[in-house]
Order: sequence, then C-alpha cells, then structure tokens
Amino acid sequence: MFKPVRLVPPGTKVPFVANRKIAFVLSALLIIGSIGSFLTLGLNFGIDFRGGTLIEVRTPEPADIPAMRDQLSGLNLGEVAIQEFGGPTDVLIRIQRQEGAEREQMRAIDVVKETLGPQIDYRRVEFVGPTVGAELIQAGMLAVGLALLSILVYIWFRFEWQFGVGAIAALVHDIITTIGLFALIQHEFNLATVAAVLTIAGYSINDTVVVYDRVRESLRRYKTMPLPDVFNLAINETLSRTTMTSITTLLALFAIYFFGGEVLADFALAMIWGVIVGTYSSIFIAVPLLLFTDVRRGDDEDEERAVAVPEYERTEGGT
Amino acid sequence: MLTFQPWKIILVGFVCLLGLVYAAPNAMDRGFGDDFPSWVPGKQVSLGLDLQGGSHLLLEVEVAVVIEERLEAIVDETRRALRQAGIGYLRLGVRDGAARFRVREAADRERAVEVVSNLPSASSGFGGATGSFGGVPGGSFGSPTAVEVDDAGEVSISLTESAASEARTAALQQSIEIVRRRIDETGVREPTIQRQGEDRILVQLPGVDDPDRIKELLGQTAKLTFHEVDTAASVQQALAGRVPPGRRLVPAANAGAGEQTHYIIHRRVTVSGDRLVDSQPTFDQNRPVVSFRFDATGGRLFGRFTSEHVNEPFAILLDGEVISAPVIQQPILGGSGIITGRFTVQEVQDLSLLLRAGALPAPLVVLEERTVGPGLGADSIEAGKIAALVGVIGVAIFMVVSYGLFGLMANAALMFNIVLIVGALSALQATLTLPGIAGIVLTVGMAVDANVLIFERIREEILQGRTPSTAIDAGYKRAITTIIDSNLTTLFAATFLYSFGSGPIKGFAVTLAIGIVTSMFTAIMVTRLMVVLWLRRSRPAALPI
Repeated sequence: MFKPVRLVPPGTKVPFVANRKIAFVLSALLIIGSIGSFLTLGLNFGIDFRGGTLIEVRTPEPADIPAMRDQLSGLNLGEVAIQEFGGPTDVLIRIQRQEGAEREQMRAIDVVKETLGPQIDYRRVEFVGPTVGAELIQAGMLAVGLALLSILVYIWFRFEWQFGVGAIAALVHDIITTIGLFALIQHEFNLATVAAVLTIAGYSINDTVVVYDRVRESLRRYKTMPLPDVFNLAINETLSRTTMTSITTLLALFAIYFFGGEVLADFALAMIWGVIVGTYSSIFIAVPLLLFTDVRRGDDEDEERAVAVPEYERTEGGT
Repeated sequence: MLTFQPWKIILVGFVCLLGLVYAAPNAMDRGFGDDFPSWVPGKQVSLGLDLQGGSHLLLEVEVAVVIEERLEAIVDETRRALRQAGIGYLRLGVRDGAARFRVREAADRERAVEVVSNLPSASSGFGGATGSFGGVPGGSFGSPTAVEVDDAGEVSISLTESAASEARTAALQQSIEIVRRRIDETGVREPTIQRQGEDRILVQLPGVDDPDRIKELLGQTAKLTFHEVDTAASVQQALAGRVPPGRRLVPAANAGAGEQTHYIIHRRVTVSGDRLVDSQPTFDQNRPVVSFRFDATGGRLFGRFTSEHVNEPFAILLDGEVISAPVIQQPILGGSGIITGRFTVQEVQDLSLLLRAGALPAPLVVLEERTVGPGLGADSIEAGKIAALVGVIGVAIFMVVSYGLFGLMANAALMFNIVLIVGALSALQATLTLPGIAGIVLTVGMAVDANVLIFERIREEILQGRTPSTAIDAGYKRAITTIIDSNLTTLFAATFLYSFGSGPIKGFAVTLAIGIVTSMFTAIMVTRLMVVLWLRRSRPAALPI
C-alpha cells in the first residue's frame, strides 16, 4: 500500500498562541461587523418567522420575471418579491403578510393562482400565519437558548469552569458571526437557518472539546512548561485531527451546497461558514482565552479529577 | 482494547446484519413492503411530505364560538324561564363572557336567581337545548353554570371553568372526527389527522398537491337548521334594526334579482342538521338538488312541524344563510325530503358530502399550509441522492489518501454507518425529510471524526516509540473519552432541535441524532473489530498509517 499523505506533518509547531493578538483583533472586527450589519441591514426573515406566503412555480418557458412582477404588483397584495430560483423556469414568489387574520392570507394565494393562470406548475406553496410565525420565533429562540445552556452545563461538569467560559465564548463568537453573515448577504433566515445555527453550535463545541481535552491532558503532563507553550503544543498536536475533520465535513457540505438543490443551499452555506469559523475559533479564541482565566494545573487533591480523568490515565501518568 | 470476546464479535455482526435487513427494502421500488405486517422488517423509510409531495395544514378550531353559542342558548332558556315565572327583566344578552340581565323589580331578584339556577343547561351534563353537544357525556359533577349577582343588581350566568374546558375539548374532538369524515369522503389516501395542543388539528395529506378543494370543504362549518319563517314581521323594519324579540334577521344565500334578500325567522331551531342520517346529490325536475333523510326523532319533529304549518314557508339555513325557503305543500311524514336552491352540480355534491359528514361545532381557520408538488419532491430526492453520493465518495477518497489501509477500514465502517442510519429510520418508521437527507450527508462528514481522532492518536503513540499493537490499544483508549465528549454535545443540539423544531426540521434532528449514535458504534466497534482482526492475522512490524 502507498504511504498515506499527512496534511500536518508530525512535529508541526505553528505559533498560534503567540499570535493571539492578531486573532483577537480579527475576531473583534468580525463581531463588530456582524453586530453592525445585523443592526443596520437586519436579517431577511423568511415567512417561517414573519408570516406570509411563499410560492414556488415552474413555468413552461423561461420565466418572464418582469412581466410576472407587473402582473402581481397590481393585485394590491403589498410587497411581492419575485426571484429566479435555481433555473430559468423556476421562480420563487414571496408575498408579505396580509393585513388581517389568516383568512386574508389564504385569499392572497387564490388571487395569485388566478392571476398567473393554469399553465404554471405550482411546485410549492407555503403559508405561515402570524400566530404560527410568532410561535416559531419563540420556539427557535428557546431551542438555541436551551441548547447553549445544556452545552454550558455539560462543559462545566466535564471540565473546570474556566474551560466552560472559553468554550461558550468561542461558541457565541461562531453564532454571532453566522448571523452576521446572513445579515450581510441578506439570504433568507428561516427555520432551516436556525437548525444550521444549532448544528454549528454542536460542531463548534465538538471541535473545542477535542482541543480542550488535549489541553487538560498536557497541563498534567508538562507541569513546569509555561502556559502559552502548553496551549500551543496542545493545539499543534490536535491540528491534524482538526483539519482532517473540518475537511471531511466541508466535503459533505459542499456536496449539499452544489448538488442538494436550491432549498438546502442556504442551509449548507450557513454550515460551511460555521465549520470554518468554528475551527478557527477553537484554535484562536477558545484556547488563548484560557490564558486570561486562572486555569489550574490539575493537582492530585483536585476533586473534579476523579470524574474527569479516566482510570487508565492515572495509572499511566508517570510514563 | 484489543481483546474481542467472540460474543462481542457476534454482537457487532448481528447489529450490522440487522441494519442490512432493515435497510434492504429501500433498495427496492417505492411501495415495496407496504403490505407487510408491522413486525416484519420490510418497511421502507417513510418519506416526509416535502419529499413525496403532499399538503400539510395546521387548523385552529375557533372554540370561543362554541362557548358563545352555549351562552346564547342560556339566554334563550333564561328568557323563557323568566317569562314563565312572571319576572320582569332588562338588557338580557351575552356580554363579557356571560349571559347577563337585570331584574326589573329588586324584590324579584332572589326568585330570578333561583329560576336561572334551575335552567335545563344548569343541570349536570348538557341539556338538550344546544343540540350540538348530544354526543358528549356529562362527566362533570355539579352545575356547569355559575350564577352571580353584582352590586348594581345585574345577574350573570357564566360557564364554570371545568364546563368551559369540557366544552372546548369536546368541540376539538368532534371537529377532528368531522374533519376526518370529510377528508375520507374526498378519497385522499392515508391522511394523518392529529390533535395538536388545546385547539389545533394537524392534517397531513400525502399526494395532495392542490389542497384548495379540501380547504374549501373544511372552511365551512355546514351547520344546517330548519326554522319557522315569521311572515308577519316586516323585513324593512328589521333591516332598520328593529327585530322582534325571539326572531332573527338572516340573509339569503345567492338571492337572484327580484328575490327576497332577507328573511325573518324564529330563533328557535325546529329541527337541526345533526338529526340527518343521510344526504345524497340527486336531480329534481332536471335541477341538481340535495336529498336528505332524518333519524326517527328528527323525522317525527319534522312531520309534526310540517303538519301544523301547511301552506306556510319554512327556512333551511346553512351557516347562517337561507339556502332555501320553500312553502310547505303537505305534511312531510316520511322523514326525508329534498333541498332545492340555486345550486350547481358541484355545489350539490359538496353540500351533500358536508351534510353526510356532519357539522363542525366551530369554524376552522388555516394557520399554516405547506404544500409540495410531486415534481419538486422527486427532484429533491434526486438532488439528495446525488449530494449524498458526491459527499460519500469525496470523504471516502480523502480518508484513503490520508490513512491508507486504515482509511479503507474507516470507509467500510462508514458504509455500515449509512446502512445503519437507513435501517434505523426504516425500523423506527421515522420520517425522512429533505433536511433529514442533509443530516445524513452531514453525518457522513462528521462520522469519520471518531476514526480520525483514533488514527491521529495511534500515529502519536507510534511516534513515541510504541509497538503497533500497544499503539493501537493506547490510541483507542485515549480517544474514546474525547469521542464521547464531543458527540454528546452534538446530541444535545439535536435533542433541542427535535423538541422545538417543526416538520422537516424534526426530520433533520432525527437523522442527525441517529447518525451520531450509529457513527459512534461503527467507529468504536466496527473499525476496531476490523483493525483487531487485521492485526491478529498479519502481525505487522510497522503500521501503514
């Protein structure tokens, strides 16, 4: 068999921790930019949250979007957004929430169908009433909040609190910049995007935990080494794994982005960003932040160790 | 970590085999195994509406209407009871969630309270006055109404909280039943009709890509009532706001030119539509009409009424509009008749369907609709397959390039992982949605993480000068806690997605969660088994990693 290719050769020593200031400045800019675009541009909420109607149609000929726009804008339905969706014959029509209750919304769908005529194939009709929209926002926020909380509790239980702070900081960093990205590019923010954000949370923590596991192990092994060196060593030792996993996940995500259809493209885009920024934050944010907390170096009388350290490590500790 | 007892090998093999057995039917044509008994592992993954095409409707039952109607009935009873007792009253009506009135003479107040406390509605269980609650068992003890007198001398009769909630639950259950009957009548295959929360009904209609007709059918309460018409009262005066007591002004449904646009009818229902046992579309003098047949009680009531009112008109009301007001030519004693009106053939069919299925206790409102046509569904499946294939091939090539022989073993585990996910989805009959496919593809990318962790660790152990078998042993031992730590956090995220997500997103959470569990199993058990077997057989001096 051939010799396997190693992306990160053994003994790699990139000075990640030493360059932390650059990373902090970059992240600060990213976060400021994200909050800025969130506040100025705002999120382009989909009908899941805002309520309204979405109709995906396929026309027999390449669609004449300006003509469609003229037809529909005369219907007095308020804001009607029309865009090409994946191909020249596919069109996505978004109708803003109508004044009044659910019944008015249903009428809007009928009116559009009557106007566009029968030769059009209605591939998808989605309507979310104001009541359900408000509930979905609430459920989405609750899901993200509880997920973050449970992750925090888990980290706090498995590691010391200092690690929990660092992990959550990296996580919040990833989520804010993902939301910022969606505000900046104005892609639709819908239920699938919330799902992506939650998955990013899971991935980001996953990545951070792997590096932290190694940091904790190295802290015990090299008791006299200066903290920045221990951290940098841990990052470099796990660097191969970090890049490998990011690449395989990205491979899968790019497959979804390019081949998975228009509906999944935005979901994949959010995830791609999340994986890249999640990998970055584990290395450049989560670990260097530990320098600012008073990390303990794992004394023997440490009570939490009994929980945190598996038996074999204690017996092999001296080797 | 390198010892594998025979029973463990058998267990791993058994799980993989089970996965294969459950996943296998999905390689067949769609619809394979649908007729198998439920315990036979021959079911295919059930596809979500976004993949197979269909319509999802979330309906709300306007239960407040039911309460309102009960209070109206109490008002009617109160009027009758107070008149009978000779008590003068003022301002009788439904206000602020209660039936209210004032007693004209303060001395009568106590007697009035006693009278209204003994209304038929106030007795335990539901009185016959409202009719539409005939099927509800009177489960609550004590009176369902509460009578109060305030300082200003206003008497209020309200429903107790338990009676109100009982009425709401009954209305919801009855609505579900009626919705089911109406949808069954349209011939939709395998609809799902579920209660959701306090006042909602979730309707899923596979294969329905234009739910307009169904929405139309569900949009009518179809409450049919027969009333006496008051020909003596003036419609003009009533339109001006002076409706005689005990009477109601109602519009005519599609009145033609020169026809009566409004009728004054007796509030009291002579016979109501819930006495109908059958209704069919038919023709009378070449016009489409609806025939109906009453049950025994309804037939008797109708017979008596028509005997007493020959040559007088009576009104047939559907959802508060007069659809027909014929003059009674002769007593109708057989308990059956026809409704003539300005109907098209389609309307006659729909109306008879609605009458057969029964009236909804309250109007329904569509809160949410998601309809996917079969074309988009098929395209989504196709796109999902291609994405999965490309993703798997990409990851597999990358693993072999990076880890050689070990990469091959990881890939074999990856294949088993996909088989197990599909098998688990089929066995659990979980719904596969488009985001669910994304979940599988994503899992493929993330599933190799466990193997990557292990292989990287093995490499490090070798660098530290360990022999192949001790390096592999240590690699597995040390990587496992990290693997569990990191996977549990993703599992948390998936759990919350499942709890709070709706429809397609739930599908994503399910595949993600299943994928995490199966990928841990395949990475830790299946690859390790392969590595151990390989190690035993070839006893290498150096690891090709």
